[in-house]
Amino acid sequence: MTNSLHLWLIPLLPLAGFALNGIVGRKLSKSAVSAIALLASFASFAVVANAAFAFKSLTLPYLEKCPTPWIAVGDFHADFAFSLDSLTLTMLLVVTGVGFLIHLYSVGYMEHEEGYWRFFAYMNLFLFFMTVLVLAENFILMFVGWEGVGLASYLLIGFYFRKDSASDAGKKAFIVNRIGDFGFLIAMFLVVQHFGSLSFSVVATQLAAQPAWQGGVLTLIALALVLGAAGKSAQIPLYVWLPDAMEGPTPVSALIHAATMVTAGIYMIVRTHTIFDRSPAALSVVAVIGASTALFAATIGLVQHDIKRVLAYSTVSQLGYMFLACGVGAYSAAIFHLVTHAFFKALLFLAAGSVIHALGGEQDLRKMGGLRKKIPVTFWTMTAGVLAIAGIFPFAGFFSKDAILYAALQRGPIGPALYGMGLLTALLTSFYMFRLWYKAFFGESRTPDAHPHESPWTILLPLSVLAILSLCGGWIGIGRFGAWLGASAGNTVGSATGSDTLEIGLSVVAVAVALLGWFIADRIYRVKKKDESGFEQRLPIGYKLLESKYFVDEGYQAMFVTPLLVFSRYGLGLLIEKGLIGGTAKVLSGAANFSGAILRTLQSGNLRSYAGWLTAGAVLLLLAVLHVQLHSFLLQLH
Amino acid sequence: MVPIAYYLLLSALLFVLGIVGFLIKRNLITVFMSIELMLNGVNLSFVAFAHMWGDVRGQIFVFFVMVVAAAEAAVGLAIIIAVFRSRKTLAVDSIDLMKL
Repeated sequence: MTNSLHLWLIPLLPLAGFALNGIVGRKLSKSAVSAIALLASFASFAVVANAAFAFKSLTLPYLEKCPTPWIAVGDFHADFAFSLDSLTLTMLLVVTGVGFLIHLYSVGYMEHEEGYWRFFAYMNLFLFFMTVLVLAENFILMFVGWEGVGLASYLLIGFYFRKDSASDAGKKAFIVNRIGDFGFLIAMFLVVQHFGSLSFSVVATQLAAQPAWQGGVLTLIALALVLGAAGKSAQIPLYVWLPDAMEGPTPVSALIHAATMVTAGIYMIVRTHTIFDRSPAALSVVAVIGASTALFAATIGLVQHDIKRVLAYSTVSQLGYMFLACGVGAYSAAIFHLVTHAFFKALLFLAAGSVIHALGGEQDLRKMGGLRKKIPVTFWTMTAGVLAIAGIFPFAGFFSKDAILYAALQRGPIGPALYGMGLLTALLTSFYMFRLWYKAFFGESRTPDAHPHESPWTILLPLSVLAILSLCGGWIGIGRFGAWLGASAGNTVGSATGSDTLEIGLSVVAVAVALLGWFIADRIYRVKKKDESGFEQRLPIGYKLLESKYFVDEGYQAMFVTPLLVFSRYGLGLLIEKGLIGGTAKVLSGAANFSGAILRTLQSGNLRSYAGWLTAGAVLLLLAVLHVQLHSFLLQLH
Repeated sequence: MVPIAYYLLLSALLFVLGIVGFLIKRNLITVFMSIELMLNGVNLSFVAFAHMWGDVRGQIFVFFVMVVAAAEAAVGLAIIIAVFRSRKTLAVDSIDLMKL
């Protein structure tokens, strides 16, 4: 290595953008604000691209760290250290690349919004924290990014802070994430206790030196990490915040709640996979959580009416796939799906945003329809996204999903069950995506008074780029991708039991299932032009269950939120705060007031009364002295 | 030789006269004079004791008290004149602005 790659610039450029826009953005014109934000994100992407070109000639591991240590306590120390390997580079390319495209999109999408500068400042802040998270070489620096993206997410979900639902959704996201962060913190404490360091490379080296070390505390660490990842990546039981997060502006949903931030949990598991590899129990937990989340969220997605909510549940479901891949040890397949998902889900959200934009803010699928001719570019790009996510050959989603299902099937005794859940999810995914597609773009327009218009080029350009990526992104192939990531993500897919015939067979099944989903959606929504009322009549309970999302929110409300609220309002608020703390303060202040009221009468301003008090005091003192002297005199007499 | 008790009695008498005058008189100048009376009562006992013990330190102390009293008289009278100019009265009871 001859030249430094200046990795530190990658997070700092967006931070500079945030600082500029955050401090003086209010006074700048909209074009200046967008220029700053776009430049910051593009420059960051350029540094990443430079690193990517230089990557071949690097000696790994490539490390950049701040010369002065960050934390140094006894034997323990942590640095501001950034490391670069193929995993980091892949994530960085996705984060800054897709990030830049979405910034560009936002210029068009947010044009008429109040608080334009605030939006771009937050977006740059998000990029800063996300790149810190990805570049971090130790747990604690990663945690800084981890918390930071949570903050940026909170700020952006609550962007329309005048709307109660938006600020509530922001709070919900933040609090649910805090529960996950608790797990992350516990994991860090355990790592410090048992490894004496938080550096990823030190942990990996120590584990490699002790090949017999299995399970036990490693399972504990892994499970705590899973809790953290489940919070950030919206898995059961902590997925509830993500659908509500759709209250934020659509570009935010695309960037943070589809393409990048929510994948941080998967990234974290892959980054610490050396720990997970030693704990089959924890891996099984990850796999089961992933598969159940994938299926669970997909069923909810079937009947949602809000276009963004369908996509939100789809995101939860796809993240479940990635979890499943991690759980079966197919880390490179997880990251592969993460990348393709970043492309097509960002595309779907942005296209949905374009639809919403065209309809002047309408998000209800029931009021859309017939948009195919009115907004053709959006239609075609959306089609690319739908084909990709449904897993139709040869588009991006097909390759990555196929790799995951293939790995899942080979996972020991629970493999077939995981595979079955994954396949069923694929069917549902294909169905609800084509349902959305048909409802939005085909049939008759259901809002005759609306005049849909195609969006400006700043919106269409990112859409087209992402559409191309969604179509072709999968052609890298899992084989090449796995080899590329192998060094940093490991490669534990059991190729011993697999074979090419099996893989091809599974692919055919997967495509058949995707086509079946398309066919069903086509029959119902295009040929018969029906809506969900048939389903509703035949299976009223099932429909109600799905439409109200299995009453999970209500259950959490009743189980956790209400008891906590009652406890804080009456237990802590009334008893402790008002009673104990407030009571003590009242007694003390009352005593001070009372004595003050008495003593105040002494200060009358009358000179002679002062003199009188003075004399009285002197006389008292004299008497006291006399008394003492008399006493000792009498004692002497005895 | 006059016994010490007489001196002390006279001193106490002067001091008490001073206190009583300070407390009951309404005119600021009389109040001021009462303070001087108290000071001199104290001075007298200092001198008496100094004489009794043959120690010069008591007398030196008296000089100090006199110097301070002279300075106080200068400042105090100036204040009294200033008060009189602004209020046209020297009645102690009507000078009561310094209260809460």
